[in-house]
Formats: sequence, structure tokens, C-alpha cells
Amino acid sequence: MANTFYNEILTEHNMHPIHKHPMEGANFVLQGVNPTCGDDITLSLKVENDVIVDGAYEGDGCAISQASADMMLDLIIGKSKDEALRLSEIFLRMIKGKITDEEKEELEEAGILEDISHMPARVKCAVLGWHTMDEMFKKKA
Amino acid sequence: MTEEDKRIRADFPIFENDNTIYIDTAATSQKPLSVLDAVRDYYENANANPLRGLYDLSMRATECYETARSTVAEFVNAPAAENIVFTRNASESLNLVAYSYGMNSLKEGDEVLVSIMEHHSNLLPWQLVCRATGAVLKFVECDKEGHLTPEMVEAAVNDRTKLLAVTYVSNVFGCRNDIKSFAEIIHNKGGIIVCDGAQALPHIPVDVQELNVDFLAFSGHKMLAPMGIGGLYGRQSLLEEMPPFMYGGEMIEIVTRESATYAEVPHKFEAGTVNAGGAVGLKAAIEYMNGIGFETIERRENALSKLCMELMAEDEHIHVIGDKDYVNHHGIVTFTLDDVHPHDIAAILNDENIAIRAGHHCAQPLLKYLGTNSTARASFGFYNTEDEVRQLVAAVRRIRGKMGY
Repeated sequence: MANTFYNEILTEHNMHPIHKHPMEGANFVLQGVNPTCGDDITLSLKVENDVIVDGAYEGDGCAISQASADMMLDLIIGKSKDEALRLSEIFLRMIKGKITDEEKEELEEAGILEDISHMPARVKCAVLGWHTMDEMFKKKA
Repeated sequence: MTEEDKRIRADFPIFENDNTIYIDTAATSQKPLSVLDAVRDYYENANANPLRGLYDLSMRATECYETARSTVAEFVNAPAAENIVFTRNASESLNLVAYSYGMNSLKEGDEVLVSIMEHHSNLLPWQLVCRATGAVLKFVECDKEGHLTPEMVEAAVNDRTKLLAVTYVSNVFGCRNDIKSFAEIIHNKGGIIVCDGAQALPHIPVDVQELNVDFLAFSGHKMLAPMGIGGLYGRQSLLEEMPPFMYGGEMIEIVTRESATYAEVPHKFEAGTVNAGGAVGLKAAIEYMNGIGFETIERRENALSKLCMELMAEDEHIHVIGDKDYVNHHGIVTFTLDDVHPHDIAAILNDENIAIRAGHHCAQPLLKYLGTNSTARASFGFYNTEDEVRQLVAAVRRIRGKMGY
């Protein structure tokens, strides 16, 4: 089966991630680990009045885990916490293979990871950043 | 493809039915038709519950099962068939030794020495035993190319070392350890050696008496047999003293309401209905390997390791882990590719129908010691061909381009 997700969007986010750097002033920081791949990211978010004003991640792992985290940050920076959680719910549902075309549109570039649902071994890579965000918000809630 | 390639591959139905370039034999081997036929024949012509029935068919089943035990014993040159306990796989065999021998023989202050290159199945049981008994778990490290010398082991043991857990052939480096010398070192301290033979039995002749090991664990599925059958060689005097590992049917002599006395070795370790079909398949696998011969197996696997390492060396971005000498790889070539995570390597190779393993290979402490948390692993069987090796390396060399580098 062809991995349609190893495309330019993914390789670009993997090679030249926009949000992969240390960040100061974060008020939400959480490490996420995917033991099967050894993917390891630390997600940092700066949230003011329930709006994600800035975000970054550091760590290493496979292209899917890294690019997925980068695309997530593209999507959620500037959005409210609740909106970010809503998008994350859509993303995680997409990975299980159950979303509408309109919902996929909302995920913007992250929608390219839809086919991961056919590769169970890689699902954990794709959802790592999103799960980490979910967890950090739910922990502090 | 050579005539020999064709002849060997014709014995494996999966190569006829599926076009995957299968280079993951260290995870599990493919199965020759003779093994599949033997299992089918057992269930079609000899199946009953072995060891129990008082009728001819059950006796035939028992004979099939016990003949398989003798075949395994001969294969590893055990003194007697009773030295062989059938289990599901090497993991279960090692757990058997840990629960039955370790839990009852080790005590506070004792030390268990484990090599850093162990598969988790020869590490986690010892972590558990040490936590439960108060024994101390220690590690002996190899060098970064996987060399573990008798001097290193000698330096790591002391009078408190009661058990050495070490693999014969590493599933990451592919190297072969000097088990005979290790056994002598630990015996001189009054301890025992528990050897993981899972990656050795498929590739090299193993002689438990020559090695002088106390226990040797192996899995059938890595050596052409079906999944779900494996074994443990144990020294008779140790097996005799050990209590059962699991309790249930056909491992007893007399049971009263309150207590039981247990069957003789090895039956006291084989509670419940046994995997006779699997044992018959294992016997057929051994007979098949004997038919091919270790000389041929080693010649073919060495040629594949050699070609793979030579071709990989032509690319500055590919780094092979382990010994520089292909002879010390036993068909296992673990590697990394600059800038590309091993899971991406495996996924992209899958697009070209090439199957390899990527990840930590169930040896996380070793990978951490090597300074990585993941590698890719090509592992060949004697049924692979040089053409497959060329396709693999060519595909690996295209990956960086596909990832935008």
C-alpha cells in the first residue's frame, strides 16, 4: 500500500519545522512519549485569557510525529483553548477513520495524515502532539 | 537467482503466494512446506490428547510429541530428551527459569549479572526476580561494536554473582558471544548461566554440553517452526530441584484435597494440554534444517551479510551497527540512515514491498547505551537472495531523496 502521506507537505514540516524551537514564557509545558517508536516531544504553549498566543515543541522522532506536531501548532496558535480541543477531537477521530469532508477541511494541512488510519503501527506517531495538548489542558482544567 | 536459491525458495509456499521481499527473519522466519505438512499430518492422523489417553490414538499422539522432544535434544546435543522442556517460546522459557529457579534460589545480597545487549525477555524476568528476592541486578556492558569479551565478564562478576543472563547471538548486533568462556567464569564463582539461544539456533550449530550452559532458551518460530512452540534446555540436576512453574493438568503424581506431588522432569513444567502439533512442526523444522545443513545455511547467510554491508558502506549516510566483519553478523544487519527516523525507513521500504524491522528491537537499554532510541534492522535467512539484498540497499539509498534531503 502506498504511503500517500510521505508527500511534500509532510517532508517540508519535518525538515523545516516552523515551531520546533525552545520557547520562553510558556505556561503550559508537557512531555509526550511514544515508546513504540521512541518519539519524544515536549510541547510548550503560552495561553492568555484562554487563547493560545504562542506555541512550540522540541524533541525527536519519526517524520510523522514531528510534522504532525508542527502542523498542529500551525493550526491552533491564535485559537481559543476550546477551539483547539475541538480540532484535536476531530483529528483524533480522523485517525480512527470517521470524519466528514468539512471536518477534514478544518484541519487544513493536518488532513494529509488521514491515511494513517490504515497503518495501526503509525497511529501513535501521528497523534502524539495532539494527545499531549489534550492532556496538558485536561490536567490543568 | 541461482539454482540453489530457486531450489530453497521452492520449499517455502509464502514466496509463491506473496511478493514481499522478506528481510525480517530475526523477528520470525518463514516456514517450509514440510513443516506445514507435518503439522497437518499430525492433526489428520495422530491427534488426541497426549500423555493421558489409554487408547492407541492418544499413545500415537504421545509418541509424536516425545519423539519431537528427542529430536530437539539431539539438535542441541542435550544429554537426554528429559533435559528439554517444551514451552511457547524463548520468553516463556526464560520466565520459567526466573520464576521457578530464580525466585527460589536467589536471596538478598546475591547478584544477577545481565548483559546490556539482552532482549527484554532475558532482562525483565530478572528485574522482577531481583525486586522480589532482594538480589541486586547488575549489567555488564559490551563495547559500542557489540564485543563482549570474557575479560569484561570476568571483571563484572564477584563471589556474590549467582546468575549470568546472556544471549548467544545478539538480535541487534548479530554477534556471537563466547558463551563457553562465560560459563566457565560464572561456574568458577559458583553461579549459573542462563543463555538466550533464540537468535542462535536458526543460524549456527548449538551444543549445550560443549557450551556447558545451565539453561538455554529458544523459540521455534524463529527457526522455521510454527509460532507457539519453543523450548528450554536445563541441566538435569537443576530441573530436578526446581518447583513447577505453572500448575494444572498432567504435571502431577498424586493430588489430595490439600496438596500434590509432581510429575517427573520435564512433565512437571508442562501443565495443561501441550502443543503437540507445534512440537511435531518443530521436529520437521529441525529435520529440514539438518537437510539443508549448517554449512550451507552459514555460507548463504554470510554471503548476504557481506554483500549488504559492502553495498551499505558505499553510502556515507548509512551506518551499520556492530562488528565490521560480516562473519560476526549471522544475517543481522542493523543500521541507521542520516536524518531519517527508522520507522520512516520501514514505512517507505514497505511502499516497495520490502519488509524490515525498525524500532528498539526489544532492547531499549542497549539502544540507550548506543546513544540512539531506534534503528532499522535487515535480517536475512538462508532463503533470501543476493538480488533481494541489492533491492533493499538500492531502496534505502533512495529514501533520503524521498524525504527531501
